[in-house]
Amino acid sequence: MKRAGFSDRWLPVLFLLPQLTIIVIFFYWPAAHAVRSSFFLQDPFGFGETFVGIKNYTMLLDSASYLRAAWFTVIFVTLVTFLSLAIALLLAVKADKVIRGAKTYRTLLMWVYAVAPPVAGVIGLVLFDQSWGPIKDFVAQFGWDFRLGVNYFDTAFTLVVMSVWKQLPVNFIFFLSGLQSIPRSVREAALIDNRSAAGRFWDVTFPLLAPTGFFLLIINITYALFDTFGIFDTTFKGEPGNNPMTLVYKVYLDGFRGNDLGGSSAQSVILMVLVLALTIFQFRMVERRIHYT
Amino acid sequence: MSVSTRRFRWSAVLDHSILIIGSLIMILPVVMLLQMASTTDVHTMKNGPGLGFGDQLPVNFDKAMFKADGFSGENTGLRMLYNSMILGFGFAIGKIVIGMMAAYAIVYFRLKFATLAFWVIFTTLLLPLEVRILPSYEIVQKLGMLNTYQGLIIPLIASATATFFFRQFFRSVPEELVEAARIDGAGPIKFFVDILVPLSRTMVAAMFIIMFVYGWNQYLWPTMITTDEGMYTLVRGIKQITQALEGTNLPEYGRSNLLALIAILPPVLIVIFFQSWFVKGLTESDK
Repeated sequence: MKRAGFSDRWLPVLFLLPQLTIIVIFFYWPAAHAVRSSFFLQDPFGFGETFVGIKNYTMLLDSASYLRAAWFTVIFVTLVTFLSLAIALLLAVKADKVIRGAKTYRTLLMWVYAVAPPVAGVIGLVLFDQSWGPIKDFVAQFGWDFRLGVNYFDTAFTLVVMSVWKQLPVNFIFFLSGLQSIPRSVREAALIDNRSAAGRFWDVTFPLLAPTGFFLLIINITYALFDTFGIFDTTFKGEPGNNPMTLVYKVYLDGFRGNDLGGSSAQSVILMVLVLALTIFQFRMVERRIHYT
Repeated sequence: MSVSTRRFRWSAVLDHSILIIGSLIMILPVVMLLQMASTTDVHTMKNGPGLGFGDQLPVNFDKAMFKADGFSGENTGLRMLYNSMILGFGFAIGKIVIGMMAAYAIVYFRLKFATLAFWVIFTTLLLPLEVRILPSYEIVQKLGMLNTYQGLIIPLIASATATFFFRQFFRSVPEELVEAARIDGAGPIKFFVDILVPLSRTMVAAMFIIMFVYGWNQYLWPTMITTDEGMYTLVRGIKQITQALEGTNLPEYGRSNLLALIAILPPVLIVIFFQSWFVKGLTESDK
């Protein structure tokens, strides 16, 4: 609030009203609904419901398919986050260094930001196609019989590759803007102190990028959890079968296709708790975040 | 001296090689879609993506834009493009207008429940739509908003990213401005409309680009909320595209790949042409 604000009483309420109405109807109501449903067993045909306590949760933790999805989610999120951050950092450092063509490289490396995830899934389907996919042909030369949609590992591989591809631009943009905000004087001082480029990178640039990197870490985890849904859904061509899937995909599958509302709601609530924990962790780290400049 | 200049050159070659490889990885997959959209479906089915471009682009474009594959015959490319535009613009404009108003109320007024309103609004940043997707669907169903543009757009607006962004920006506006406006006799509405909104032009542009791309690229929500083929957006229609590649006698690679390209073209062009605004909005809004 500004010190020199206005003191009208009803005007601000009027200004807040649209936002608050939408939030209450489409955010708090569904969120509360999910929590409530997670303690009930719903009849799939809509004839009433029974209170079952935490049974929906215990059933999840006993379910092999849920635990399998949970494990896959952990591995998937770790791989996508690590790979897309590492590759984007390399590209950003190089794009920050070159003088000729810097603008062109920047554009070429960031436009994929605007590509919708399901389109990335379509591209994956073509690249790894059973009969003529270019990457499938390439790895076949090394004796890798790639079977997208049939082999669990191969499908997971495709999903990781396409998810990383889609996420590179965001990380690239943030790393590049982080690099460009490092003051000239710091760079010049580092140049005098440290002759080796690699040494300069690890001793000076990398620590200065740490806040950006940490922020991106959270962004990437959220992306890998939620925004990759479209990549999964197109890669499966509507037939998930025994393919690897994340917890978010499973919420959709069990609730929307399987009609298990209680179980799906319990999954939603677990995800909510997970995301809340992640965000609180982020806030606490940001508070403690070390500023070098 | 010659040794060091030579070493320098080698490192520059390495830098450029890495950047060129990175750029190719970004571009080639999309060029591949274009190539497949330029040949006949029979050719693609036999050979897959190749180096030679064909002359089938106009034919496939015609199919992609004006032919439908659904039962109702309503989901032509043109129709989906129209729906995508409504979703992109509706979402971006709605979010910016509502967000600016709420941010103005929070920053410029003495409110008793200001802290409460702040927390009620900003908790929405914590939980993405995906974790409450099923109950949201049920509520939209109860309200009778399935297969409507309101049902498509409004629930997506229920996250306060734009509000947060404008709050940050309004707080950085010098306080002298509002003092001067008050001395000149401007009321809160006049100050908002005549001073604050024009002052936020660049911010609005940056936010618009990000929100347009975000809205346009929505997939899960439209997939759930639109079952009527006349309501499909391009991105939502992609699911139908991939499913059509299965089973039919001759999969329509040309049409489907071209549709995928049409689906990415508008947001890609916006991001490329308004790059500096976009980067500014992105790096400043999320921090």
